[in-house]
Amino acid sequence: MSSAIAEAVRGGDRRALARLMSLVEQGTAEGRAALRQLFPHTGRAHVVGVTGPPGSGKSTLVKALALAYRAQGKTVGIVAVDPTSPFSGGALLGDRIRMQELHADPGVFVRSMATRGSMGGLARSTIEVVHLLDAFGKEVVFVETVGVGQDEVDIARAADTTLVVGVPGLGDDVQALKAGVLEIADVFVINKADRENANQLAAELTMLLSLSEPRAWQVPIVQTVATEGRGIDQLVEAIARHRAYLEQSGHWRVRRADQARRQVVAIVEDRLKEQLERLLAQEGWVSRFDQVAERTQDPYAVAEAVVARLLARG
Amino acid sequence: MREVSATGPKGRVLIAKPGLDGHDRGAKVIARALRDAGYEVIYTGIRQTPEMIAEAALQEDVDAIGLSILSGAHMTLFPRIMDALHQRGLEDVVVWAGGIIPDEDIPRLRVLGLQAVFRPGSPTGETIAFLEQALGRRGVRAG
Repeated sequence: MSSAIAEAVRGGDRRALARLMSLVEQGTAEGRAALRQLFPHTGRAHVVGVTGPPGSGKSTLVKALALAYRAQGKTVGIVAVDPTSPFSGGALLGDRIRMQELHADPGVFVRSMATRGSMGGLARSTIEVVHLLDAFGKEVVFVETVGVGQDEVDIARAADTTLVVGVPGLGDDVQALKAGVLEIADVFVINKADRENANQLAAELTMLLSLSEPRAWQVPIVQTVATEGRGIDQLVEAIARHRAYLEQSGHWRVRRADQARRQVVAIVEDRLKEQLERLLAQEGWVSRFDQVAERTQDPYAVAEAVVARLLARG
Repeated sequence: MREVSATGPKGRVLIAKPGLDGHDRGAKVIARALRDAGYEVIYTGIRQTPEMIAEAALQEDVDAIGLSILSGAHMTLFPRIMDALHQRGLEDVVVWAGGIIPDEDIPRLRVLGLQAVFRPGSPTGETIAFLEQALGRRGVRAG
């Protein structure tokens, strides 16, 4: 089966790319068929995740990095994720505001995504949209997560290199960058480093990082002022060193294999969830739930019955 | 609270402010109102050129574009925006405007392809109702 939209994407049609992203986001069969056709053309892009608390300057940093890679002649894709309102299902996607300088450059493609109910800092189909940019030929793809604080660490499982961005003066400096987020950093960025206390934050981070298990890759701390482009060259260099490390150490393959496993599991979970919803929409189950509510049945017995039916349907 | 993932957004909408005036309050009010009505709103900020608007509309695959303008330059800017959209094959995107636009300009804007014009002070509910109808007619694709 051949997908016309997939062919158009391979042919460099930007509108087809944008349209296919929507189809994939909506989870349509057409989108899935096109993804399957494009999959052999993925895996070449260097996927760089950018995460950190709200207001740390992630969008501005991504813009500055995109300009730097364009100056090297590399093509760039950007996926910027913002939260969906749990109340209305709507979202306000504002990351393009800081990326205006990129609009006239056909070598850059920016897509905003809403989380649509997904937790963890990414949208459900962010990885697929990254694959589309990869198949389209983008050499570096940035994924900017929603403003996260503590355990939204999905990005580390989707990216080859994860940048964690902090800023000086966020109360107790390290507070916003505790456990999970600190552990996923491949490169630590202190943005707005022209503020007071940047060196103090750097010292605290160095101390904290030195407490973790010694690893072959020493997480560098890079200070930037993204609005002025300061420190961006050093950051580009740190990203390149991380990639070289991944390739030399064999971790590139290990990470990619891990990503592949996670992606397969996620697809299976989606399909099972669809089947579950279809099954539970059938008559008969509501009265079983009522029985649980009235304590005449226990939830485990009903769950067993659901699983048995799901497996029986094959 | 309804489950977001089950229904998805009602559509994707670009809110853009072409031209040189920096008054973006109206644009922000509309952007928020549309978010609260269940749309995914891509907000691009002030001082947008026609090329920026058309390029954002293409990359974001939006169903509709709302243009906010208070500078009086609409008769210069809107034809250029419509041109830039047509050059990219985006004829089927719903375009409307809000801001300070005199009566006598409205017929010409309609001919250009703008489907509605809202004045300062019109309730946000009017815009939402218009959009719902316009996207219903068009057959909304996002969802």
